[in-house]
Parts: sequence; C-alpha cells; structure tokens
Amino acid sequence: MPTLKTTFAGIPCINPFWLASAPPTNCGEQIMRAFDAGWGGAVWKTIGEPIMNVSSRYSSIDWNNQRMMGLNNIELISDRPIEVNLREISEVKRRYPKHVVIASLMVESNRHAWHDIVQRAEDAGADGLELNFGCPHGMSERGMGSAVGQVPEYCSQITGWVKEKARTPVVVKLTPNITDIRMAARAAKQGGSDALSAINTINSITGIDLNTLEPRPNVDGKSSHGGYCGPAVKPIALNMVQQIMSDEQVQLPLSAIGGIGSWQDAAEFILLGAGTVQVCTAVMHYGYRIVEDMSDGLLAWMRNKGFETLDDFRGLTVSKVTEWKHLNLNYKIVARIHEELCIGCELCYTACWDGAHQCIHLDRALSAPNTSRTPAMITEESLSRISVTPIAKLDTNGTSETGPQHTPLSRIPRVDEEECVGCNLCSLVCPVSDCITMEQVDNGLPPETWEERVSAGMTATPLVHTKL
Amino acid sequence: MSETTPFFAQAPRTPEITERFPDLHPPLNRTAAIAEANRCLYCFDAPCTGACPTHIDVPRFIKKIASGNLEGSAKTILDANILGASCSRACPVDVLCEGACVMHRYNKQPIEIAKLQRFAMDALHENGGSLPFSPGEDTGKSVALVGGGPASLACAAELRRHGIKAEIFDARPLPGGLNTYGVAEYKLPLAESLREIDLLAQLGVAFNFSVTVDDKILSDLEASHDAIFLGVGLGGIHQLGITGESLPGVQNALDYIADYKSGKVTAAPRRVAVIGAGNTAIDAANAAVRLGAADVHLIYRRGREQISAFAFEYEHAKQEGVKFLWHTTPIGILGADAVEALDLVTLEASSNGPSPPQARENFQLSIDLVILAIGQSTHTDFLKNGQIKLEGGHVLIDRVTGQTTNPKYFAGGDCTNGGREVVDAVADGKRAGIGIAAWLEGQRANT
Repeated sequence: MPTLKTTFAGIPCINPFWLASAPPTNCGEQIMRAFDAGWGGAVWKTIGEPIMNVSSRYSSIDWNNQRMMGLNNIELISDRPIEVNLREISEVKRRYPKHVVIASLMVESNRHAWHDIVQRAEDAGADGLELNFGCPHGMSERGMGSAVGQVPEYCSQITGWVKEKARTPVVVKLTPNITDIRMAARAAKQGGSDALSAINTINSITGIDLNTLEPRPNVDGKSSHGGYCGPAVKPIALNMVQQIMSDEQVQLPLSAIGGIGSWQDAAEFILLGAGTVQVCTAVMHYGYRIVEDMSDGLLAWMRNKGFETLDDFRGLTVSKVTEWKHLNLNYKIVARIHEELCIGCELCYTACWDGAHQCIHLDRALSAPNTSRTPAMITEESLSRISVTPIAKLDTNGTSETGPQHTPLSRIPRVDEEECVGCNLCSLVCPVSDCITMEQVDNGLPPETWEERVSAGMTATPLVHTKL
Repeated sequence: MSETTPFFAQAPRTPEITERFPDLHPPLNRTAAIAEANRCLYCFDAPCTGACPTHIDVPRFIKKIASGNLEGSAKTILDANILGASCSRACPVDVLCEGACVMHRYNKQPIEIAKLQRFAMDALHENGGSLPFSPGEDTGKSVALVGGGPASLACAAELRRHGIKAEIFDARPLPGGLNTYGVAEYKLPLAESLREIDLLAQLGVAFNFSVTVDDKILSDLEASHDAIFLGVGLGGIHQLGITGESLPGVQNALDYIADYKSGKVTAAPRRVAVIGAGNTAIDAANAAVRLGAADVHLIYRRGREQISAFAFEYEHAKQEGVKFLWHTTPIGILGADAVEALDLVTLEASSNGPSPPQARENFQLSIDLVILAIGQSTHTDFLKNGQIKLEGGHVLIDRVTGQTTNPKYFAGGDCTNGGREVVDAVADGKRAGIGIAAWLEGQRANT
C-alpha cells in the first residue's frame, strides 16, 4: 500500500496536504476542524502586529458560468492579537501533536522584532516558521511582505536574522511579483533558509463593475490591486516552481502553492519537486472536505503507477522541462480525427482556420479534397440551403440530420497531414476526449535541436516539410 | 386602416382557459438560462442553424445570452425570424434545431434552444418590446398580402425593411392566422401571438381585417399594388362523408381549437371522439381533456406507426390521458337531435399501402362531441383564372424567391407547402419578401 507520509525540511508529515496561510487558517478552531477533515498541516494566517481590514476584501473571475476561476484578495495579515494566535497554536499542537503547524510571520524589518516573534512562535509550539515575504498588497506599502521579497538583499538579510534565533525549520515564502523568482530563492538560501514556499499571490485587478465603473473588490467606490490566486494561477506557479527546483544554486525543499485543488494538481507539483503542497482558494470555495479526494485520488494514482512513497516520483519531471533550444526540431506529430468519436461541432475547423494554419478542411462529403473553401464560403452555402420541418407524411424518405444519430460525413473535418504543423490547437478545442489525437509521424530524421543546428552553422535555414 | 389599439390588448382574456392551459414548457429563469447558454459549444456552421428553416444563428444568440447581451440576442433571433417568440414556443424543436444539436452525440442532452430563444424574446418584451429594426427608405412600391398568417407577416416585415409598403388583408378580426388561432394554447397563447405581431407592426404594416379576398377583390389589389403575396393557408377540414355529419356536436378541429383559444368554448362534454391522428388531431384531443372531458378517444383508421403526428406529440397525448383506437373508422354518426354515438368499424391492420383496409367488425361508442381532424382542403379556388399554376391545389412557387408562375404574384406558407409549421411559413414569407424586393428592383432597373 502506498503511503502519503513524508518529511519536509526535517518535519514529519502525515500527508503532504497543508493549508496555506490565509483565511482558512485564521484561528485554532478552524485548523482543528481542518485536521479532522484530513489536512496534514496548516500554515497559520500570518502573525504580526494586528492590522485593520477593509470590507469588501475578495473578488473573483468567473469563466463560462463557473465561479472563481481566479480569486483576488486585499485582506491583510491576521487582525487578531499576537498572543491570541500563539495561545491557539499551543492548543492545536497539544491536541494534534502529529499534525504540522507552521507559524507564518511578518513583522517590521528590524532584527529585534524578528528575533522576538521567532522566539514567541517557537515557544508556542510551532513546528516551523514561514516568513511572509510575498504579500503583495497593503503590507508591502509599509515595507513588509513583497517589499522584502522583491529585493533579494532584504530577503537574505531578514532570513539571516531569523536564522540567528530559530530552532525550527525556516521556510521563506516567495513572491511571484518579480522578474526572476530564482533571485529571491537564491537570496533566501544565502540567508540560511531551510526551505521555500512559492508562489504567493500575483498582483491583480480582477475587474470593473460596468454599471458603476468602479473596480472590484469595491471599498466605498475604490479598490486596490490585490493578490490573485486560484486555478488560473496554477500554470504560473508550476513554471516558477520548476525554475526554482531546477536551479543549481537553490537546492532547497519547496512547499508548492498556486491553484492547487485536486490530487492531480498536487501530483504535478510533486513531479516538479515539491515536498508538500499548500491549498487556499479551493478550500475557500468548497471547504476543508476537498482533502478527502486529494488523498484518496493521489493514493489511487500512486498505486496505478507503482509508486510507494512521494519520494518515488518527486521531481521526476523537473529535468523534462528544458530550454527551447534543447527541443527536438525533427520531432513531427500530426492531428488525427477519430471519426467515430466526432460529434460534428467543427470547432477544430474554425480554430485551425482562424487560429492556426488552415490545414483542417470540410471536404469529406465532396467528390475530391478541396482545400480552397473558406469558412465564409461554407457558412454562405449553408445559409442558402432551404430547410423545412421534416413531416413523416410529406417527406417520404423521412430521414433528416436530426436526433441521436451518427455525425454526417459532411460535418467531420479532415486534417491535411502534409500541411499540419502539429500545434495541438484542434485537439485542445475538441470537446470530446480522445477524438483528436496527436500522433507521431516518422520522418526518418535523427533528433536535432536548435542549439545543435547553430553549432553546425545552420542557423537561419527555414524548416521545410519533409515528404517521405 | 391600421389599428391604434395594440392587438395584444384586443386579445380575449378567459380565466378558465388560462388556468386550464398553462405553459407546457415553463420558461427558464435568468439563472437557468445562463447555465444552459454556457453549455452551448458554439459550433461552427452550426447544425441547429442549418436545421432551422429561418436559419436563426442559434449559437450567436445563445452566446449573447451567456454574455448578458439580451438585446443583441433578441435582435439576432428577429433578424432571421420575425416571429422568433412564437416559434420558440410553437416549433417542434425535436425534429428541428434541438434534434440537430451535436450534444446528442456528446452527452445525449441537446441544448434547450427553444427555451433559450423564448428567454431572449421574453426579455425583449419585458424591456418595452421595441423592435430593433427600422423600415427601409421608402421605395414608393407597395405590396398587398392576402392572408394575415405567419407567411404574410414575415413577408410584410421583410418588405418594410426594404422600404416597400405592405398591406395585409385577412378574413378574421385579428391577425396571425393559425399562429393566433391554431396553436395549442399551452404552447402559444393567443395573446402572445398578438403581442409579437404588435412588435413587427412597428415597422408600419397596414392591416385590413374581416376581408375575404375573392377573385374580384384580388384583381382590384393587383391593379393598385406592385405585387401580390398569397399567404392564404389551407381551406377547411375535410368531411368524412358519412351519415349524421351535420348533427350538432360535430365540429372540425381547427374551429374547435380557435373557439377555445378565443374563449368561445370553455368546457367540453363528457365523451369526445377525435377522428384523425395528425398534430391537429392531437391538439384537439388534448384540448378536450383539459376542457373537462372525462373520456377522449382518438380514432384512426391505421396503426400507431402510420400516424402523421410527431412522436413527441403522441407521447404527450398519452400523458394527457387520450385513449387511442387504432385501425378503426367511423361509418356513421348516430343521434336524434344531436350526436349520441359513433358507429365504428375495426379494420384489418395493413401497411400504408394504397389498398383500403378491410372491415372486420362493427361497434358503437357513446359520444357527445365528434371532432374531425382528417386534413385540410386547399383554398385556392379564387385563383382559378389560370394565371397562377397550381399543383394538387397548392400554389406552385420558385422555392428561393417565392415567385409563382405569374411574376407579379408571390406565395408562401401552407398554401404552397401543403401544411407545415409556423417556422416554415415564416421562412417562406421571408424568402418571398426578399424575392419581391429583388423583383421590384429589377423592374425599376429595366424601366
């Protein structure tokens, strides 16, 4: 039986699922309920001198009637007194000794303030410390949060102060609001950090109310840029995690954050080297209960793949992400449409004509291939056709192209494989799984990268389609 | 000539009818409409659009619902089909747009196009019901339209958008023809048909009611107008040709439907028999059930497989409680002063072949009302002066332009196609409107 047990920067974890420092970890009562639901750890809502919040605080992006594809917040760190948070940390740790409690910290940038808060958090029983160098709104205006994370020297210096005092592992949380996240990661490493977490939220304005012309989230007619998170940011997070994990100068354990809400998301981040994963938006949307399938699904996948522990697959994909110049220019794939699965929506056709390389055609029902008919010609032709309501008594041949029957041949697009550049777009827009597959074509050419071409002096030669 | 009181306000309001004929397909609310609209895949060259006789750009109007552009959605619908609201309620969408939806092959759940279309059109009416089109620049031409049903209305709207005067002549006191008087009230209430006609009347269509056009009036119209559009529909329901057919208690289905829709009939007697098995027969049978009949029999000389009603209509009638007598035909209507019973004979089941079925045995059924729904005759006698070619009583037209063999005459709807759906009549009328405009333009260019 596979196990989800793991160790992160020396901290034993019953599973890799942690709640990120955010509203779901605001107080001890919440965190204990989360642990009951199956979460393995929680990073406490950032502790520091209590702040004042505004209302409202959140705003989101919906997509095709699905809620919260992306979430933005302008909430600050904990608005509760430091001693209340610390007392609750003690209580949680007393009642849940095997669960991980990480204290997220943010205080003003002086050595004494950091020493003081580190001491108090560890005395309270925290298993580790996460330094919030990422919060992009409000706190950064006061010289904290991303104001630190965006300047590698500050990041390094404060990490150093913390390390002077800390007895538990120190995790530096990185901001993505920076040109190259590796600079901040290296700075944290130089400061002595034991681990990293990334990414914090991304600077954003989610939208504007078109009735009032006011931005969201609305605070008395105004708004402020907030931190963006949720499913929409996952690709950005995956990229930054990969950049950090493949950096030879960093080499630290990383707790991944950014749009994680399912076991697949978790597996992907672990494949890029993450030690644990942190979740916020998905819990804010659906509650703590989502962790059940994250555990269950990940274990099932591990069983199917033959992985016993997270270490068995951690980082396996890191080296498969490379610079473009190392990609094989002679690898050739083409789109294949599986007729029996095609429902006839023709989205691949319009996508290829308007968004790609005009190599999908609607000519299967014609006597010969015809690649010169444009989308406008096809629409025009359809609109000029006279349709009538089929009535059994009047239409003796009866059959019409309606109801649950096979897709008419005329509606199944055809790929011109000679012209297809293998871009994937058609298979991405196709609503049916496996209906359009991208299949490798043997062009008889050995692998060759751009770098190899450059070194062989064949730089600017345009690629030509090789016919077998 | 044109009405000042909106037609909608002239609709008879009968509470019993409203109560007994609520929406068969209740409308979507905003939440449901947006959820449904977002399911649409936005097909290219969408098959729903192709299946619609008026070629409404279905994915376009649905995406406009999803984006919150309800005004644009209604405009998209009306641009293709000026009776878009009526059609959203009256169309047999199972064999049209929704039948063609690719989602049948995706998860077997076609997009609820009719309900979305109704949602967009209802929204237009709720927001004041202002037609999003203006008449075209006046060309000085005028067209007389004979009949005020869907074909003429669609043709008139198209003509007005081309700047051509459109004057409608109808035998009834209110416009809309079968769209107003002939569609089951639980699908399309009479008042809703009128409301939609008020909308298109904003283009400046002239209406003349209670005028039955005969050959004399027709020749006057021909002299005073640049072209004539014939949208006269079909004639009366066929007779059975058996004894007792003139007894009180024998009625034809179209009159029966028109009578209850306009509130002249608000209750049915206990025992009702409907002869025939087309969509009209089913509408009449369902109406009798809803009007309180305890026993409604639909009597058909052939079997279930030979009915001309749509399958979903047959299923609906079964749910309403209509009973079916297959392979049965009346040979006499019995009664002293009014209908008392039907003399029926069962027939050998036979295929749909030409030979008449063989009688097996006789029986009688006590009946208080007999409704005939065995098809309509044609209504083209007044055209018999030879200038317009007929075929089987139907007006022969060029399908693309609607032009008859007499170039000044155009036609569309049931009088040309033998009796189809509202949407077919609208498509015919629209094509004819464009055809007339092009022909008049050609005439002008030639002079």
